[in-house]
This record gives sequence, structure tokens and C-alpha cells, in this order.
Amino acid sequence: MPSHTFILNGKRVNVDCESDIRLLWVLRDILGVTGPKYGCGLRVCRACTSHINGRAFNPCSVPVGQIKPDDEITTIEGLAATVGKELHPMQQAWLEFDVAQCGYCQPGQIMTAVAKVQQLQTAGKEITDADLDEIRNICRCGTYFRIREAIKAGAAAMHSQPPAPTSTQAQRRTVHTRQSGR
Amino acid sequence: MAAGIQALSRSIREKQMSRVVGARSPAGGRQRSQEPVDGSESASRPPKPFLVSRRRFIGYLIAAPTLIAAAEIRTQPAAAAIATIQPVDEYDLSDLLTDAALPTSNLITVEVHPDGTVSFALPRAEVGQGITTAVAMTIADEMELPLDRVKVTLADARPELLFNQLTGGSNTMHAIYTPVRVAAALARSRLTNAAAQHLGGTASGYTIHEGVIRGPDGRSVSFGELTRRAAVKHTARMTVALKPAAQQKIVGTPQRRIDAHDIVTGRKSFAMDLSVPGALPTMVCRPPTINGSALAVRNLPAVKSMPGVTDVAIIHHDANVPGGVAVRARTFGQCIDAIRALEVTWSPGSVDGKSEASVLGDLKAAELPLTPALPLTKSLEEVLTFQFRPGDPLEPNCAVADVRPGSAEIWSSLKSPIWAKEQIATALGLPLDKVKVHVAQGGGSFGRHLFCDAAFEAATISKRMGKPVKLMWHRTDSFRQGRCHPMVTSRVRIQYVGQNVVAFDQRHTSVATDFTQGLGELITATLAKPPGQNLLQYSESIFNLTANVPYNFGAATQLLNEVYAYNTFNTSSVRNVYSPEVGTATELMVDQVAKAMGQDPYQFRRAFIRDDRMRAALDKVAQAANWGRPMAPGTAQGIAIHNEYKGRAACVVEIDCRPATVNRKVPDAYTGPRVTKATYVVDTGLPINPLGLQAQMMGGIMDGIAQVLSFSLHFQDGHFLEGSWDDAYYTRQWNTPFEVNVIVMPPTTGEPGGAGEFGVAASMAATACAYTRATGTMPTRFPINHDGPLGFTPMPTVPPIPQSPTDGLHHSD
Repeated sequence: MPSHTFILNGKRVNVDCESDIRLLWVLRDILGVTGPKYGCGLRVCRACTSHINGRAFNPCSVPVGQIKPDDEITTIEGLAATVGKELHPMQQAWLEFDVAQCGYCQPGQIMTAVAKVQQLQTAGKEITDADLDEIRNICRCGTYFRIREAIKAGAAAMHSQPPAPTSTQAQRRTVHTRQSGR
Repeated sequence: MAAGIQALSRSIREKQMSRVVGARSPAGGRQRSQEPVDGSESASRPPKPFLVSRRRFIGYLIAAPTLIAAAEIRTQPAAAAIATIQPVDEYDLSDLLTDAALPTSNLITVEVHPDGTVSFALPRAEVGQGITTAVAMTIADEMELPLDRVKVTLADARPELLFNQLTGGSNTMHAIYTPVRVAAALARSRLTNAAAQHLGGTASGYTIHEGVIRGPDGRSVSFGELTRRAAVKHTARMTVALKPAAQQKIVGTPQRRIDAHDIVTGRKSFAMDLSVPGALPTMVCRPPTINGSALAVRNLPAVKSMPGVTDVAIIHHDANVPGGVAVRARTFGQCIDAIRALEVTWSPGSVDGKSEASVLGDLKAAELPLTPALPLTKSLEEVLTFQFRPGDPLEPNCAVADVRPGSAEIWSSLKSPIWAKEQIATALGLPLDKVKVHVAQGGGSFGRHLFCDAAFEAATISKRMGKPVKLMWHRTDSFRQGRCHPMVTSRVRIQYVGQNVVAFDQRHTSVATDFTQGLGELITATLAKPPGQNLLQYSESIFNLTANVPYNFGAATQLLNEVYAYNTFNTSSVRNVYSPEVGTATELMVDQVAKAMGQDPYQFRRAFIRDDRMRAALDKVAQAANWGRPMAPGTAQGIAIHNEYKGRAACVVEIDCRPATVNRKVPDAYTGPRVTKATYVVDTGLPINPLGLQAQMMGGIMDGIAQVLSFSLHFQDGHFLEGSWDDAYYTRQWNTPFEVNVIVMPPTTGEPGGAGEFGVAASMAATACAYTRATGTMPTRFPINHDGPLGFTPMPTVPPIPQSPTDGLHHSD
């Protein structure tokens, strides 16, 4: 069985599994990282949105074999560590606006929001309604309006944040494949 | 449901005794009462101020090493037979009725822990509606404790609670507010008494602040330090008074969700996230048409030998188990691979010969006749058609089950866990006490989790395979084989003379709504009918309790009829059940009549509205939304009201139907008209958490918008065409209003009404009215985009689910 290795939330992990298994299932079913949620498996609902090397992506649509050893995968569980705080400013904004209802989609919403704002800020742009309209994440509870408010506030707070440290500066520890089944 | 569950059952009984069920007697059509369906105060009687008085309630202290205070879930004010001790915080156990043999299994309990926290296991399902937060607020307020020291969990299935563990009809806070307060008040009272005994003096000299009790001499002791001293050796029944409303500090104030931190950090654990040893990912290969059954697998050995696959088994379709071919594997990805590889022989489904047109024809044929037209009146009449629409939340239908030879354990988001436990135990052939049913946090519900098919199916598969399973439905299966809101038509006729409306008639005709689980459990008990049958009577009970005309329209009749058996299509009582369509049809026709009379929609409603609470909500929304402001051509405001859940709601939306907006391009999306602003006023009687209420209304608004403009299922050749969130157009960011303003009215009745479903009907109706005013044409088929060209390419039905893409890295952004 092929062996795969990458950096997950600042720590190197090794996984033995078939290369075509989508990363979402490697994270959830093998590594037990459950922040990224399944909502369709089709890169439509975006509930699994996480970051690869700082950019948003959907692990439901990436075979683990495409992940390179130095790729840095960040899930909601590792987001706060990217700013070296207990919570990322976007998570703080989510609390401030009490965005969540059931909460199922919110990890993906937050990861989308952070990447979106980073992308705009790198380009020197402010977030607009047109930018918010581009967000595809489904929220079946209908928290969309509060998401818009929180992203605007979170973006303002991210302006005043120092640049994110890379995971090479963060603590690294090797996590081995968790065996499951009976 | 308009009424709380208790009121529901009472009302059903009354209706059974007092009147012939309407839809069974098409001749003539009965006259509906003009009283609000929930039986709250009428217009002639001004709303009472806070009802919370110094009435005393019965509670219990439970024998335990630490303090446990309890109450019956249907708490009644203390009867004369129970000793009443005054003042509130002074009593002696010797004065109390004590009985070690008191039946206490049916109680809800507040437990005080040595670390100073208080815990409560809520016998309801939290699915995002915020009841854990509202209950924690209620306990914290009654006990003078910081909110973050109250821990609310979800209780396992407790059959001894009988029909009191059902989460439905937006009933939770109405049903549980007083019992929770009684238990909390008793705990506070007992702790104060223990403090006085410990530090000296009388309890009346003691004050409580943030979980610390301070004596007259300034010495203090915390709840945590006191809990062992306050514990009782013998269970005791006693009375307690509740805190006067004027002294409440947390109830009625905006509070953030107690699980918000867990949510934003990814720690909140749903059923799919549970780590149960050996419970490997499991999915089911489902039939190509609705309710087909697997007959044979033609390539079983090949699929069993696929990577990661541990088990493959045929699971037969029955009343409770959708079934198909179950696959268990190391990862869900490998389940998907196996399902796509399976070659299965299927039996026909339950609707193979039907089409949208044939269903519509059947509805038309089943419509009950209108009452004879009154002489010398003008009338406006129209039939509105509402298509099937999806009923699932974002979290997939899922459950974990570990069925062993002599026992079983199940985890799932269940709104009727007692029913689930009893039926699953029966199906597994196990004694009730050998089946543990845990209620997991739910990732949304909207009525879906009244049905426990995921738990039932997981248990069946686990038993069959002899191994624990973590069952997940594929999203595509949820759209195609899951439960939906049924297709419905609604004929409305309004008769008027001059400026007066003299009669209103509505004939609602629906594909049968399945009430066999969840709400049906309650109705079954009330009507003493055998379970598992869905009589038209059930649906009529719900319809009669919810449908109402919130206007003085003279003689009003509203009748329901249904077509097909309850399990022909897979339906559920989707959020707000009948009311979104009943209300939208009504309000569209109200606008038509106002127009015919040359009246403004707001002023017309104001003139005919039935009670002061509704008029106050309407006036508030008109003022806050700046009703009547000049609007550009192609844009318009729409206004609507709704009366349910012991509350009143009013909504104004502004819609933009101009070509530049309608024809916006978003890839793989439906754009269409956009609601640009929504204003919503809600009076729930007693708002517990205004922030949570606002959230619920906002969510309801997003549903209302979607249901008018875009969200439906296309039915063809025995199956639904939609298979993904990009096919079924629920509201997305590009459909979201730029401005949403929800106003929570101050307390009016002193009793908390329903919230979770209360945002849908008025916002749907207001959106439909706004669209009609913006375009000058009233649509008669909803959602308005349903009859247009299909905006997506339907996925195949064999294999039943699509493969996940592999190009995700090329789409990172």
C-alpha cells in the first residue's frame, strides 16, 4: 500500500493508503481530523474547505496521491495557529456576530473567508459585495447575511494582524496513521 | 405547528369531539373559527403583561451525593395538597412531603457539581435552532449563575418521558421553559438554605451573585462548595416560587450560542464525527427510482475484493429502512468506489409510472369543492401550484450503530428518539433496555430528523454485517431518495362587496405528508390509532391546527385533501409544514383584492387584521422598512403577515427584477431576481434569546426567498432529477439580501412561543407579493424558475451516485 506524507496543521503526518482516496477521507476516516465536513463530495457545497499552502481548496476533490511531501494542509483545527493565537481574527468575528446556527458548514465558511480576504488583501483590495457574492459555500440554516457581516469585520481585523508564520516555524511532530476497523 | 405539543394534543381532542373533520365533508365546508389557532388572547382582550407570578410550582429534590433538583416536564402550579412554605427561600425539609418511593423517572434534572458548574440533559434535539443556549440562559438566570457555567447536553432516548421527548412544531421552549425554571429555582432555593445552615442565620438574609451565596455578615460560599451539603438523602417533593420576571437578568437579553466556540474551532461533534471503535464508513447503493428494492447483486465477489471494502450486503426496502446494497469500507471514498462498481438488479419503485403532470392531475382531481358562491358579491379566485422541494439539511443523513447479539447502541440526530428506540428494539428483537439510543448534535434538520430512517438503516446493516457501522447517505441520494416537501396546490377564492371582504375559501390539496414518525407519534397517542398508518386525519389535524386566516374576512373555510398513501413519495413535515404555501397563496390573493379595491397592501391588511398583536407587528414592519417608499421600475416592496406558534410575524421585502440583476451570470448557478432587503418583525410572546430569534428569522427568510424564486425538485420517470446543491437552487450568497433587519418585539404574553420555523411563511409570502408587484404579473406556479429550461445536466441514476472530482488542486483559490 502506498505511503503518503504531508504537513497537516503544522505537523508532519504519514499515511498508508491507496493514492486515489480523496484527501477528505484521509483526513476524516484515517487521521480523525473531523473539522472539514462532507456535504456533497462534489466540490459544490464547500463544507470541507481547507487550505493548501495558504490557498482554499476542497479536499473532497483531491486524491491524496496528488499531495506533495512539503504541501502544508491547514484545516479549521489548525487555523488559529497560523496567526499564533488562540483564535484567528476571522474566528473572532464569527463569534462576535454569532454567525453559526447548527455549525455544520461553518468550518468551511471560515476557511473560505480567510483565503478570500488574504487573496484580496495581497492584491491590495478591499472586500466588496461582489466578492462576497462569489462565495459558493452552502449554509442550509441560511446564515448568509451574518457571514457577510462577519467577513467584513474579520477582514478589517486581519489588516492589523502580522503576517502568518509558516508551519516550518511551527512545532512539528510526526503523527502516525491511526488504525481502525476490527 | 401553531400550538405547543400539549396544546396540540388537547386541541386535537377538542376538535375530534366538537366537529366533523373538514376534508371528509366536502359538502358545504365547515366554518372556521376566527379565533387564533393557538387559543391565545383575542383582540378584544388586551395582552396580559408578564404571566410569571408568585404562583408556586411542584419540584423535587433527588436523593444523591450532590444536589439534584428536578421537575416534571409538564409542570403544573402547586395544588392545595402540597404544602406551601413561605417565604421563598426558607423552608425546612420536615415541612415537606417526602417519599423515597416517589416516581421520579419521568423528571428532568438540574445537577449542581462540585466544580461549580450546573448540568442539564435536555430531552430534545439541538439542530441549530439554539435551544441549548436558551435553556442554559433560563437555568443561569433562575440560579444567578454565569451562563458559561451551565452545561447543556442532549439526553439519550428516555421512553419514560412518553411523548415529551419530541422535538417538533417549534415547541421546545414553550414546553420546557417552566419545568426548567422550577428545577433551577428549587436548586437555588436549596443551596441558599444550605448556605444559611452552614454559615448561620436565616436564608432570607442571603444574596446570590454569580454562583456565590453571601450571608448578612459578608461571608460567602460557592455553589460548588455547597452541593454536597445541599444534597438530600431522601427524595422529596416540594413547592417553589419562580423568580419574578422583573428580576430576570439573562432571559430576554441577546446571548451568543453556547456552542459557538466549539463550532468556529471545528470541535463541535456531529454524528459523523464520533469515534466509535470499529464503526467503519458505510454507505448504501440506492435504486434508480424512488423506493425500489435490491433483488440481487450480479458482481458481489468483485466488489467485495475492492480496496478497503470489508462487507457488502443487500438491505431490503421496508417501511422504516430505505435500503439497497450496503457497503462497509475503510473510508467513505472506498464506499463510493464500491457503490459505483455494483451491478444490482432492482425491483420497480413506488412512483415509476408517474410524472409531474400526472401528479398535478391527481391533485386537481382530489381538490375539495368550494362552498357555493354568495349572491351579489364579486370574487377573485386562483389556484397556486407549489412543486416538490428538498427537505434535507446540509449534514448528510447519518447514524452510527453497534448492534451485538444481546444489545445495541445507536447515535444519531433524532427528534423522536423514543419512537426510534422502541421501533428499532422491536425490529432487532431486543428488549428495550438493551438498546441505547444517543441523540447526537444535528447539523440542521428542518423537520428531517423527525424521521429516524438513518438510525434504523444503520442498525439493520450493523446487525446484518455483525459489525459496527458509521452510515452516511450520499448527497445525491438525499435529493433523490430522501424526504421532500410534497407537491401541493392551493385554490383561494375571496368574495367581496364594495370595500368589505365577506368570504374566504382555501382548498389545499397535497401529495400526502408522512407523519408516521415524529409528530405522528403524538397524534397516534392522542387519537388512539395504531402506529404505522398515516390517515388523512393526521394531516388534517396538523393542517387544522396551523392554517388560519389572520384577517376578518367573514365566513372563512380552509380545507385539506391529500393524494396517495403516505409512503408513495418520501416526504416529511418540512420546516413550517403547510404554512408557507397556505400563507403565500393567501397573501398573494389578499394583494389582488386590495388592488381591486384600490387600496394599499399595507393599509388593506391593517384594516382587516384580526388582533392587536398582529397589527402592532404589521405597523412596526411597515415603519421600519419604510413601506411605500418610491421604488424604481422593475423593483418593488412586498408585505405579508403570519400567525402561528403563539406568535405574530410580519415581513417586508424589496425585490429587484430588472434584467441587469435577473441575467447576472454566476457559473453553475441560478441568479434570477434578487431580494435586496428584508425586514422582519416577530412577536413570540416572550423572547428568551432575541439574538437567537433573529438568527432563526434570518434563516427562515433565506428559505422563504428560495421557495418562491428557485428551490425545487423536478420529478420525471419515477425519480427526481436534482442530485447536487448546484442543481437544487437553495439560496446562495449571490441570492442573499444586502440588508436584513429582524426586529424582536418586547414581551407580550409572558410565555415563549415557537421560533425555529417562524421565519418561513411570512418571508415567502412577502417575496411572492414583491415579485408580483415588481413584474405586474402574479405567478401561479412556484418556484418561478421551475418551468424554465433545466439549468443543469441531470446525473445518471445508474450508478446512483457520482464520483468525486480529482481536479480540486486546479480550483484552489
